[in-house]
Amino acid sequence: MKLKKGIPVIDQGNKLGFWGGKFGGNFVPETLKKPIEDLEVLFNKLKKDKKFIQERDKCFKNWVGVPTRFIKLENLTKHVGGAQIWSKVVSDANGGAHKVYNATVHCLLAKRSGKKVIIGDTGAGYAGKMLSMAAKKFGLKCKIFMGAKDIARQQPNVKAMKKNGAEVVPVYSGSQTLVDAVSECMRFWVANCDTTAMCVGSTVGPAVFVRICGWSTSQISRELKVQLIDEFGSIPKKLKLYNCVGGGSSSFGFWNEFMDYDKKQCEFIGVEAGGPEKSKKHAAPLTYGSKIGILHGAAQYVNQDSDGQIEETESISAGLDYPGISPLHCFLKDTKRARYTAASDEQALEAYKLVTRFEKLRPSLEPSHAFAVAISESKKLSKDTIVVVNSCGDAYKDRGILEKRLGKKYVKSN
Amino acid sequence: MLNPISVAFKKAKQENRPALLTYTVAGDSSKKQSLNILKSISKNADILELGVPHNTPVADGSQIQTSAYRAIKNGIKVNDIFKIVKDFKKFDKDKPIILMGYYNMIFQYGENKFLNKCKLSGVNGLIVVDLPWPENKNFAKKCKKKSIYFIQLLSPTTTKIRLKKIIRDSHPMNYFISMLSTTGGKLKVSPNDILKNYTKIKKIDPKKEIVIGFGITEKTIGKLKSADGLVVGSAFCKEISKSLKHRQNPVTNVSKLVKKLKSKIL
Repeated sequence: MKLKKGIPVIDQGNKLGFWGGKFGGNFVPETLKKPIEDLEVLFNKLKKDKKFIQERDKCFKNWVGVPTRFIKLENLTKHVGGAQIWSKVVSDANGGAHKVYNATVHCLLAKRSGKKVIIGDTGAGYAGKMLSMAAKKFGLKCKIFMGAKDIARQQPNVKAMKKNGAEVVPVYSGSQTLVDAVSECMRFWVANCDTTAMCVGSTVGPAVFVRICGWSTSQISRELKVQLIDEFGSIPKKLKLYNCVGGGSSSFGFWNEFMDYDKKQCEFIGVEAGGPEKSKKHAAPLTYGSKIGILHGAAQYVNQDSDGQIEETESISAGLDYPGISPLHCFLKDTKRARYTAASDEQALEAYKLVTRFEKLRPSLEPSHAFAVAISESKKLSKDTIVVVNSCGDAYKDRGILEKRLGKKYVKSN
Repeated sequence: MLNPISVAFKKAKQENRPALLTYTVAGDSSKKQSLNILKSISKNADILELGVPHNTPVADGSQIQTSAYRAIKNGIKVNDIFKIVKDFKKFDKDKPIILMGYYNMIFQYGENKFLNKCKLSGVNGLIVVDLPWPENKNFAKKCKKKSIYFIQLLSPTTTKIRLKKIIRDSHPMNYFISMLSTTGGKLKVSPNDILKNYTKIKKIDPKKEIVIGFGITEKTIGKLKSADGLVVGSAFCKEISKSLKHRQNPVTNVSKLVKKLKSKIL
């Protein structure tokens, strides 16, 4: 299995949509074949269309607010005493997380295809919040599917979705988290694909959704590349990019533009959710060697039992609480371009405490996982190593959990 | 030897009626009960579809989901399903059985091993919801070698060119999804329109049997009886859930419902 240079990773799949010949694909009911093919044709055309790209860039610039900041975490660096720790503050983006890029592009595509309704899944609530926001901007009706457990633990985002006029549909099946929300959303699309556009909230799902999402979030690394050159005059000789990985949309977008650099110069580190230290459950299929299986239309490493039933996951972070992982990351793992590891709930909370103690930055529980590993590895790294952590979400949505786990002093009002 | 599925269609045609296909979930609500249901309905049903329950189904409505979760919770495993089929075949060896499920279960079992087990236990056909054409070409060939029908799904969204290609590659039986819906949805298209689509598909190759499924209940089955076969599924899952809730015997209730459905297509 080989990663090709000079070709975007999203376009390295084969005719049937498999990366490395075995990850991804389109394991979908017959009813969805046509709408997926239509979306593929539209996306392949528009991603080469200068006008469409201008339209996207205008939206990103004027509405999403780009570029998001790239800042040095001076105090944290001093405290850790190793590599220079920087952060790409993607949570600056309108709505407070990277999910806005994919949501915006899906709404632009829905408009072009003449669809009036857009549906989407959400875990932490960011994908749903951004989709509801973008749908409102583009005049589309919006329906968000969300696990009942996640509705309870991510209330601020639920409120935001409703405020944007979206209908939030609680999903009570299975573990009542993201995996069930995605299933329910796909089922709704099966029954309504003639009038409705579907947005998959991460780089997961049938191949075209993986590609659209990866294409959209790559905005993050396009900005970072310019910012690195501005700051250091060139891409640093020792660069390490840390990102949390649930479905894998922010990490893929954070890395994409650096894909062709040698990994000795530019290393990618993906941090999965290891779950509570005392629990056997986790959401880290790459770290813990899960087998390849099919989930939500794509072949990927996924937590499952020997029969092929998808296993329940556990993580403090709703956004990472997913048993599978993007086919793109399976591909990056097997080609050894990226390295994957996990942080536990407890380690993520500790990292959150440390970051907020030293910096004016409040990473949500998802990027707190990435900070945990970045901080621990930075101690052993030389001072000329540039560590960049994608702070892809803001902790406002986690205030309930943080208050419960860490006490009131860690929850500042917004 | 002719596949018992084809024999069943022949027999129904001789009686001038569509074949009645039933779908129940293996292991719902227990292994024993699901076997007993098959035994009790085999007199009135022509072809028995047995669902392989999966916990992340992308095409099933709430009735089948409830049945599947119930079966999984009660411990059903793929090997138990083969055992149910084998035990049923001891009771009625000529009645065709089709397994219907999602590809991950087959993938984890191993395609070849799965097909060998199908052959050994007496499975006659397979429907794999999320393995569409052309992705299913290889697997369908393997099925053919074992004389197991791989049943292609056709949908109202399937384009004409695609229909022709799928039917060209298909085995003697195909399954037409009546409308855009998950299983168990309310019939939102008129039976006449469904039959119009059905006739278009039938014309492509009149020799292939086409069954219609999704949204078929006691109320609608009579209006579709000009088809080669009709599948009822969610209605049985609902009946099982209802029986359990009212502490009634699901076996008798499902059996009664099959009899009633049969009477509407005679």
